[in-house]
Amino acid sequence: MVESEKKELFTLRRRTSSEKFIDNGFKYAALSMAAMVAIALFTIFIVVLEGSFESMSQYGLQFLVKSDWDPVTDSYGAFTAIYGTVVTSILSLLIAVPLGVGTAIFITENIIPIWWRNIIGILVELLAAIPSVVLGLWAIFVMEPALRPLLKQLNISFSWIPFLSTEPVGPGMAPAILILVVMLLPIITAISRDSLNQVPSKLREAAYGIGASRWSTIFNVIIPAAISGIAGGVLLALGRAMGETMAVTMIIGNSNNFSLSLLAPGNTIAAMLANQFGEADGSQVSSLMFAAFILMILTLNVNIFAQWMVRRLSLKY
Amino acid sequence: MDNKHQLEKLFQRSSDLLYHPYQKRNLISSSFNFIAALFSAIAILPLLLLISYVIIKGGSQLNLAILTELPEPPGDDLLGSGGIGNAIIGTFIVTTLAALIAVPIGIGGGIYLAEFSKGGNFSKFIRFGTNVLSGVPSIIAGVTVYGVVVSTKLFFGSSFSALAGGIALSILMLPTVIKTTDEGLKLVSDDLRRASLGIGASKFITITQITLPSAFTPIATGIVLAIARAAGETAPLIFTALFSFYWSSGTDALLSPIASLSVLIYNFALEPYKAQNELAWVASFVLVIFLLTLNILARWLTGMSEKRRT
Repeated sequence: MVESEKKELFTLRRRTSSEKFIDNGFKYAALSMAAMVAIALFTIFIVVLEGSFESMSQYGLQFLVKSDWDPVTDSYGAFTAIYGTVVTSILSLLIAVPLGVGTAIFITENIIPIWWRNIIGILVELLAAIPSVVLGLWAIFVMEPALRPLLKQLNISFSWIPFLSTEPVGPGMAPAILILVVMLLPIITAISRDSLNQVPSKLREAAYGIGASRWSTIFNVIIPAAISGIAGGVLLALGRAMGETMAVTMIIGNSNNFSLSLLAPGNTIAAMLANQFGEADGSQVSSLMFAAFILMILTLNVNIFAQWMVRRLSLKY
Repeated sequence: MDNKHQLEKLFQRSSDLLYHPYQKRNLISSSFNFIAALFSAIAILPLLLLISYVIIKGGSQLNLAILTELPEPPGDDLLGSGGIGNAIIGTFIVTTLAALIAVPIGIGGGIYLAEFSKGGNFSKFIRFGTNVLSGVPSIIAGVTVYGVVVSTKLFFGSSFSALAGGIALSILMLPTVIKTTDEGLKLVSDDLRRASLGIGASKFITITQITLPSAFTPIATGIVLAIARAAGETAPLIFTALFSFYWSSGTDALLSPIASLSVLIYNFALEPYKAQNELAWVASFVLVIFLLTLNILARWLTGMSEKRRT
């Protein structure tokens, strides 16, 4: 009697087939959506690779070192653009890293009151929200004209340095580098700030406790503890700088002629794509695709290296 | 003996606990304070200059006519340049299309990673791929969509189209949405899941009724930020959505080229005519205000979720 009552109360309810169907269907729908990431990546890779095939077979690795880009004679080499991409991104990073990390330290340390620091933090993050095309517009009409006298003076004083050997004529690599600095600052600051905030306060207290001053604590304790995040952020910024298109396209001058000078107009791979891809035909399209492929490989390596570095350098407390 | 003497001296010196501002270490410390302050000032300066220029040059010319009229082709009329009405609507349409594609896929993918995957190679690869995809330069997304959709005339024989632009932007939005969904769902306590499954709810009900609603704010923040990023993008649109000087209307509106604020700024900034340049400033003003509003909305959403958690 009691046994059967118990059975009534605790019957095992089997999942109905419709419920099972919904559950499985939902799982596979989610799975296929996750797979879209892989599909998108492979599509990008295959389209760019397939498009560059003609140029690859024609020029091979010569494409990387040839500096003539001439649609008239149909002869293409991407050295000018590769040089521009590498030089603008590295130099802008060299300027942006101290500024960005310095700002991050300034707003995570208690040098000034907290609400001031919050305001600076919010302002820097808002800078990240400004689209690059607006930065480009500002660079053309405000920044570059304002900087030109300074760049001219640099050219007059240091014209024996090959990097400053040409007279600035407006758009060029130097303004492009500076606008990239403005673009990279918020990325580096935001990521450095996050990783500095994650350093356990015990480390800081211990350092102060044995008599370290503020800045010896920062340099010897806080920064080494946060270095994985900072380095990852710097590399992400490098990837962003290489792929940055609009602001650079608008201010770099889009010149296909190679010049060592930073004051001369130059080109980057992304700028070349934005500028020429729409009107290109024939083997120029293929060469542009080849350049895009090189850009993709560059940014891919930087991004993978960034992820590896964050894992590798992260300290375990 | 000598040793003891030295120790005493040392003890005496260090027992002075007063702060000496001109001691070497304190001088070094305050000079570093100054350098850090200087660096922050340099970092904020461009933002202040930029915002003030956009407000002064763009905001001062703002009026209802500019917001509702069509832009005039450069060179037609040296004084007037029309308005940015179709570009505002175009940005809205293209961004909405992108969101309609990227948000469901992104949330679905995020659900898979957080709720179904068991940490196997596939989910590791998808997480890695999400990071890689977020690092792909936006211009390459544009080139790819040009190759797949525009040059092959994939959609009913249309080449440049709003739809192609939306697809290009959705590639850029996808990683952000997946990442924030994945991370938002991982923050949901496992107790909730077990409780729901324990009282007999199916996995589908658990996810849609319990875990997704509790992760609403982080996911919504991610979507708002993704939309803000997409709305400001130019590079993926210049050879997918192209530009148009007309209103997009009619049945094939989504299959024909469409204007957008960002492409308008790009095209008109490089024109030699002053009237067009001025229009680019107005468009920048509208775009920047729109994006800052979205960012403040995202910040407010994050603030809400933090308040609820504590």
